[in-house]
Amino acid sequence: MHSNQWLNTKDRFGRVSISLHWLMAVVLIGLYLLGLYMVDLGYYDPWYHDSLSIHKAVGILAAILLVIRYLWVRFQPRPMHLNPENSVNTLMAKAAHALLYLFMFVLMISGYLISTAKGQGIDVFGLFEFPALLADSAERGELAGDVHDWVATGFIVLVGLHTAASLLHHFVFKDNTLLRMLRVLKS
Amino acid sequence: MKMKTVALSLLLASGLSVSQLALADDYKLDIKGMHSFVQFRIQHLGYSWLYGRFNDFDGQFSYDEKAPEKASVNVSIKTTSVDSNHAERDKHLRGEDFLDVDKFPEATFKSTAYKPGSDGKASLEGELTLHGVTKPITLDVEEVGAGKDPWGGFRRGFIGTTTFALADFGIDYNLGPASKEVELTLSVEGIKQ
Ligand code: HEM
Ligand code: HEM
Repeated sequence: MHSNQWLNTKDRFGRVSISLHWLMAVVLIGLYLLGLYMVDLGYYDPWYHDSLSIHKAVGILAAILLVIRYLWVRFQPRPMHLNPENSVNTLMAKAAHALLYLFMFVLMISGYLISTAKGQGIDVFGLFEFPALLADSAERGELAGDVHDWVATGFIVLVGLHTAASLLHHFVFKDNTLLRMLRVLKS
Repeated sequence: MKMKTVALSLLLASGLSVSQLALADDYKLDIKGMHSFVQFRIQHLGYSWLYGRFNDFDGQFSYDEKAPEKASVNVSIKTTSVDSNHAERDKHLRGEDFLDVDKFPEATFKSTAYKPGSDGKASLEGELTLHGVTKPITLDVEEVGAGKDPWGGFRRGFIGTTTFALADFGIDYNLGPASKEVELTLSVEGIKQ
């Protein structure tokens, strides 16, 4: 009866999954908007340097959260999709979630490779430095930049579809899909 | 008989010009051993100098000690190879705000005149193509030295410097009033072919 509120069960998300989902949703949408904003700043804008430092530092923290979240998802029970009889919807949801994870990983890795292309590590708010691990390569840095651009766009489109789908569940299908991601439902 | 004379004089004339050309030695820039450099520097905020260079370029020159005014030089530079020792800045420099290397992958310098002055100084006029714009520029050149190298070759080196406004080449990103002009230095060592 009193299952642990922090953990997932077969039919609901626990606090850890829910917190990670919403914390990361806010952070990642923020990173996207900051990314678009910062690349258009002129050299004399007071935010020119800080915006990129923040984007990188928050990006590294988000990457750490992503690894934790991914491991958590892998080693926790996955709540069953509601309405499994609608296999097309279930399949689309599964594909979308898998793709969201893939895009998140690609964004973190490509972003990291842009900044470290010349062997400089990434300073995370003065707390620690995430080191450059690969040998210098300007070409790889350039490629990573193109990938980062495109995948960021693809990612935000996918987040839009994902959000639309969750609203569809809530308002049209009138099921618990959105509610069980908002709070821990009673089993 | 008449035909023969014409033919002979033509032959002589062409032979002459060939030998004249042959007097001017051709040199290839030492790219393998990297004893040539394409450097630039630009003011940062008016408080300091920022140095950078292009790592990938090639070129040759010809030079005749007896007729230095006939010297000529060609250099072509791969713009993606810009290197200011900072990954994000280099990426910005390669992008549309500056070199736009996707559209303009190459920058070239072709000399049009070489005017030797006194004590090893000279001025080298030529056309610089950068960011798709071709403009005449003049480099102040110093003949650094020439002679046999220890490995059986013959080498000759020059250093040339010029200053131009980035905006003249259609690069008009605002780096501030102190940073409108860039100083370009070609420091080359050629190996006689
Ligand atoms: C989900 C996470 C992320 C998102 C959504 C995101 C999004 C973006 C966006 C939209 C841009 C602007 C691209 C453009 O229009 O040119 C950008 C640029 C950039 N991002 Fe990220 N980013 C993320 C993570 C990271 C991470 C983890 C790093 C590095 C540690 C990073 C480093 C950079 C850098 C260096 C740029 C500037 C690229 C340039 O100079 O053009 N990003 N990001
Ligand atoms: C950057 C933004 C977002 C990302 C990366 C993201 C990612 C994900 C992922 C990967 C899942 C699968 C469960 C998990 O592994 O945690 C998920 C589930 C879910 N997301 Fe998002 N999400 C984002 C934003 C949103 C927004 C804005 C909403 C709604 C307004 C939303 C609603 C949901 C719902 C209802 C579920 C549960 C689906 C189910 O029960 O299968 N998400 N999300």
